[in-house]
Amino acid sequence: MPDPILTTTNLQKSFGALKATDSVSLDLRQGEIHAIIGPNGAGKSTLIDLISGRTQPDAGSVTLLGQDVTHAGTAARARAGLGRTFQISALAMEDTVLQNAVLGAMGASGKPWRFWRPALWDADLRMRAEEALRRVGLADDAGKRCAELSHGQRRQLEVAVALTLSPHAFIMDEPMAGLGAEGSRLLTGFLDSLRSEAPILLVEHDMDAVFALADRISVLVYGRVIATGTAAEIRASREVRDAYLGEDA
Amino acid sequence: MIPERHLNIAVLMLFFAVPAWALIMDEPFTITLATRAAILALAATGLNIALGLGGLVSLGHAIFFGIGGYAMGVLAFHAQTYTPMQLGGFEIAGTKSMPVIWLVALVASGIAAVLVGLLSLRTSGVYFIMITLAFGQMFYYFAISWRAYGGEDGLSIYVRNDFPGLNTLDPIQFFGLCATLLCLALLVFWRLARSPFGLALGAARQVPQRVETVGLDPVRLKLVAFVLSGMMTGLAGALFADLNRFVSPTMFSWQFSGELIVLVILGGVGRLMGPLIGAGLFVTLEHVLGDITDFWHVILGAILLVIVLFARGGVVGLFCGKARPDA
Repeated sequence: MPDPILTTTNLQKSFGALKATDSVSLDLRQGEIHAIIGPNGAGKSTLIDLISGRTQPDAGSVTLLGQDVTHAGTAARARAGLGRTFQISALAMEDTVLQNAVLGAMGASGKPWRFWRPALWDADLRMRAEEALRRVGLADDAGKRCAELSHGQRRQLEVAVALTLSPHAFIMDEPMAGLGAEGSRLLTGFLDSLRSEAPILLVEHDMDAVFALADRISVLVYGRVIATGTAAEIRASREVRDAYLGEDA
Repeated sequence: MIPERHLNIAVLMLFFAVPAWALIMDEPFTITLATRAAILALAATGLNIALGLGGLVSLGHAIFFGIGGYAMGVLAFHAQTYTPMQLGGFEIAGTKSMPVIWLVALVASGIAAVLVGLLSLRTSGVYFIMITLAFGQMFYYFAISWRAYGGEDGLSIYVRNDFPGLNTLDPIQFFGLCATLLCLALLVFWRLARSPFGLALGAARQVPQRVETVGLDPVRLKLVAFVLSGMMTGLAGALFADLNRFVSPTMFSWQFSGELIVLVILGGVGRLMGPLIGAGLFVTLEHVLGDITDFWHVILGAILLVIVLFARGGVVGLFCGKARPDA
């Protein structure tokens, strides 16, 4: 088996007496969607912050493409190939859709230190940005101010900005949040095809989407991974049912 | 609502028409007022880079204005007294050449902005305001106790400095010089706002976490903005000192930092012509109302209150609405 793209080893993080992340070891392999599910307060957001570099762990390590990035900041991890989307859209609301995508492309090219030529005149940046917008279905809205977008379109743009980075691994924090049934279905289809480009670590509450997409599922409860397995294995696990899925799952 | 471009052209035309008219009517004092507005607008355009594009509310921009002023004062003082400066064993002659003075002003205020920015940008919000204010006070009191260069009384420079090919004591020629520099600064601001750097800086102001997530460092972006901003304000300081042929610690005062913020808010934060409109209004009110009453600041305060309460985008926002991102 080839080395995993992303690995966490015994990650620990406490806030006071609360163990938000308790010995979490998991990995993300080439070509897969690895979903993380768990009840509210299980520590999913903390785990994402630890992996993306927003928070430093108390102990344990994060490895990306064989490199230890435990002590690297968010920006360094992004440059190393980590593409993240936010649960609550983090977009420059005053800017246009295209400008938001160009920002991503600029980060990927690592060249924001140009002070004279307008960013939108850069054919290379623009091409990358427009390509990403086209793929998520926002090509026709490129000129709109971000604040004018519907909630669903903002979710699409979140994904598009991550795409402009051409990352080696995606970390998606509830990309379906607040999308209607139709929106979820479309995004599910898109993520399904995206995994062949780069694996996706997917935190998601939409169980239909998780069971439809995930190659593997890890269940997080009170900061611990209580089970990891295929969708069928997780569904069959008594422990998971008791802790989270409930009787009707 | 009118397109911002039209308003910008109208403002620029007015800005040049007033001194042209004054020249014809032989009203040199009006030309001097226009020059004052141009210099304040240059300083405020500098602040507009930090405040408007980067969202950095700096209550310490008087530092750079003062450094620019003292760069001029110190160099011209040594030139007019024919005494070289003693700098660590080296003797450096003073100068009356504006281009040299400007260069020194730019470099010195740039260095100060790096130091102040490095420390201040570790904080944000109200703490950033406070720390820039504290730095401003440090420079202010340093200037007061700097006896070699006049201390509290400041320095008088008897003859305006030279620019090759111009008679800088002629009001309209000096106005032309200042207006040219202002136009260059506006051009820089305009291009900067649209450049990759400007786009990233704007995003760092709005959503710093997003900027990090695409692999850029928001603090570094803001630091560069702060330095460019400080340099522009520093250049304005050198011109201001030359306009008055006088420098004093009041150029470092926090009230001046506040005035610069007022100019930008009055005109429109982050808008190209915001600082020029703000400075034009400020100088006009100061002159017109100042003739009528000593309490003209009260009226300025009332206008500012109305702008902040009812026209968030300043005068530009009032006429043109929200800034339109270019497609």
